[in-house]
Amino acid sequence: MMAGRRVFLAALVFAAAWGIPAVAEDIGDAVRGETVFQRQCSACHQIGPEAVNRAGPRLNGIFGRRAGALADFSYSKAMARMGNDGLTWTLETLDAYVANPKALVSGTRMNYRGLADPQARAALLAYLREWSDRPRDIPEAEPTARKTDHDLDPAILGIKGDPAYGEYLSSECTTCHQRDGSDQGIPSIAAWPAEDFVVAMHAYKQKLRPHPVMQMMAGRLSDEEIAALAAYFSTLD
Amino acid sequence: MILTRRTILRTGLAATGLLYAPMVLGQAKPKVVVIGGGAGGATAARYLAKDSAGALDITLIEANPVYTTCFFSNLYLGGFREFESLQHGYDKVAAGGVSVINDMATAVDRAAKTVTLAGGQVLLYDRLILSPGIDFKDGSVPGWSLDVAEVMPHAYKAGPQTQLLKKMVEEMPQGGTFAMVAPPNPYRCPPGPYERISMVAHVLKQKNPTAKILVLDPKEKYSKQALFEEGWARHYDGMVEWVGPDFGGAAVEVRADTMEVVVEGEAQKVDVCNVIPGQVAGKIAAIAGVTDETGWAPVHPDTMKSKMDENIWVLGDSSAQGDMPKSGFSANSQAKVAAMTIRGELLQSKVFPARYSNTCWSLIAPDDGVKVGASYEPTPEKIASVESFISQTGEDAALRKATYEESLGWYAGITADIFG
Ligand SMILES: Cc1cc2nc3c(=O)[nH]c(=O)nc-3n(C[C@H](O)[C@H](O)[C@H](O)COP(=O)(O)OP(=O)(O)OC[C@H]3O[C@@H](n4cnc5c(N)ncnc54)[C@H](O)[C@@H]3O)c2cc1C
Ligand code: HEC
Repeated sequence: MMAGRRVFLAALVFAAAWGIPAVAEDIGDAVRGETVFQRQCSACHQIGPEAVNRAGPRLNGIFGRRAGALADFSYSKAMARMGNDGLTWTLETLDAYVANPKALVSGTRMNYRGLADPQARAALLAYLREWSDRPRDIPEAEPTARKTDHDLDPAILGIKGDPAYGEYLSSECTTCHQRDGSDQGIPSIAAWPAEDFVVAMHAYKQKLRPHPVMQMMAGRLSDEEIAALAAYFSTLD
Repeated sequence: MILTRRTILRTGLAATGLLYAPMVLGQAKPKVVVIGGGAGGATAARYLAKDSAGALDITLIEANPVYTTCFFSNLYLGGFREFESLQHGYDKVAAGGVSVINDMATAVDRAAKTVTLAGGQVLLYDRLILSPGIDFKDGSVPGWSLDVAEVMPHAYKAGPQTQLLKKMVEEMPQGGTFAMVAPPNPYRCPPGPYERISMVAHVLKQKNPTAKILVLDPKEKYSKQALFEEGWARHYDGMVEWVGPDFGGAAVEVRADTMEVVVEGEAQKVDVCNVIPGQVAGKIAAIAGVTDETGWAPVHPDTMKSKMDENIWVLGDSSAQGDMPKSGFSANSQAKVAAMTIRGELLQSKVFPARYSNTCWSLIAPDDGVKVGASYEPTPEKIASVESFISQTGEDAALRKATYEESLGWYAGITADIFG
């Protein structure tokens, strides 16, 4: 409560100091973003006033929307779970999802390999944002607040983990995740490619992925420990 | 089956009630004996067997042939689980390379490093793990003892007691009163009594909507209190009355022959009385002399090794370790550290820094699950909480349902991790 009030006051002071209205920060080049959308996304998604669901859900109003929230689209179990856990589409989470869908939502049905170029992503997000009117009037509202960089340092992906240490650490995982890969209520972590695993764990560590237990578990794993776990899990089939 | 000479020899020796020390048999494997095949003990035995690939001789001593989990026993009371779904045998533990003996350990001789069983057998150990759960403190609730547990059940060790309590709740007269005498700290499963209240309320709401629930509590506050209070108000409005220490909750007497609870000198007749007394470490820990004046067994935070004996480890509810709640999750987590450190001592395998964690889910009403959890690290004084989280009041129904489903996944996961 208290904290919330303080933040609110701070925001008012901020607006007063800078004069009104604060201008939306440029996310990227929306015109270029439209081209990116046509090339990369439109095979499966529509956006705009006439948009309907296709292979993928319609993307208007995506900013500020809970993941997996459209009642008339049938999402994967993984996406529905993330939505329930509290994943909301913001500049940051959309950026992470488009960059590598599986890093944010393992088991997502979106069959798209990811868009590596950060500029192209920024342009695309600027374009998507034009069809999200909700945060438009409050440019600094959470969904469009300037994103911090979550890209993983390639050095982190390059760390070679110690599988013996990983095996010990993994015993902390198997209290909840079953080794046999069943995924009732709690997703399976068996047979997980090492790199996907590292990226996913860092997404929890950075609190990009929602879920209090996982944020806590990943939060205290060092880069080496995540690598050790990945090395161990990649030896299982 | 082909009996090797060695098996015959061993069986023969066992029958005479004596096994020889490793020194006598020359190259025999180091022996680890585990007392208590619950969340802590069965996990430790299984992990020792799994990770030592036959280099250790591991024996698990468990009083009951089938283990009934306390975890989810409240859900059984609420009608969400079958009793059988709480039961786990030791076949897979044995198949994993553990000798399982169904008997009661009655004595530990720390000088000779032996354990004596009720059946007369004497086992030698190099390292001993105690994970015997809890026992009840004598005189904790005046008027209550194990002798009246058939009239006023505790149902805090799962099994026939849990079935008895369920039957009593279901047969309660219309408009009757269910009373719970809640335990003082520390006790196993901090949210357990309050999850139980939720489950009893769920049953009564359907079968006996004018019934009342009275909780007599010696504690000022309790685990997940805001979440439970919110849930009770939402789902069972007006049914639950909680009486804390300020109004006599700390000085309750019970009278089993008249089915009365006495609060601040005033006797009240009730229809069901669930007494959850104060608790201490499982008796065998006291018999072994590894408990202190608190009734619990102090352990080193980085290993779970007893502070009283360097060849004994104490796990789970019985241990006094610091900030971790007494839960199945904690016991399972501690068991892995114990197994690793014991292998390190006996087999010189690599020992990594200890890490512990816990999460406890509770069900308040159908599809209304909540959780609390934390991660822990050993400090020189104790196992200390590093980071924690708890479900929030006012969460939406989808999240509460997901939390409940997650708890089902957890139950399947942890029981597979404990029993194979
Ligand atoms: C109602 C209720 C709900 C709970 N819910 C949860 C939950 O949701 N999540 C959670 O994590 N925890 C929960 N718990 C707590 C959990 O059950 C305990 O913390 C956990 O079982 C402790 O493990 P342990 O190994 O210390 O003891 P136990 O699991 O109790 O195992 C002890 C074993 O030792 C045996 N034994 C004892 N003495 C001897 C002897 N001398 N010789 C041979 N065998 C012996 C006993 O028969 C028993 O099988 C709950 C508890 C209750 C009562
Ligand atoms: C091959 C088809 C396909 C392509 C190409 C594709 N998507 Fe998707 N997308 C899907 C599917 C299917 C889902 C539903 C995923 C699920 O349920 O796991 C989805 C889900 C999403 C969601 C989550 C929507 C919600 O309601 O939670 C977003 C955001 C998204 N896609 C953005 C994009 C963007 C941006 C691109 C282009 C860079 C793109 N997608 C490319 C198929 C596709």
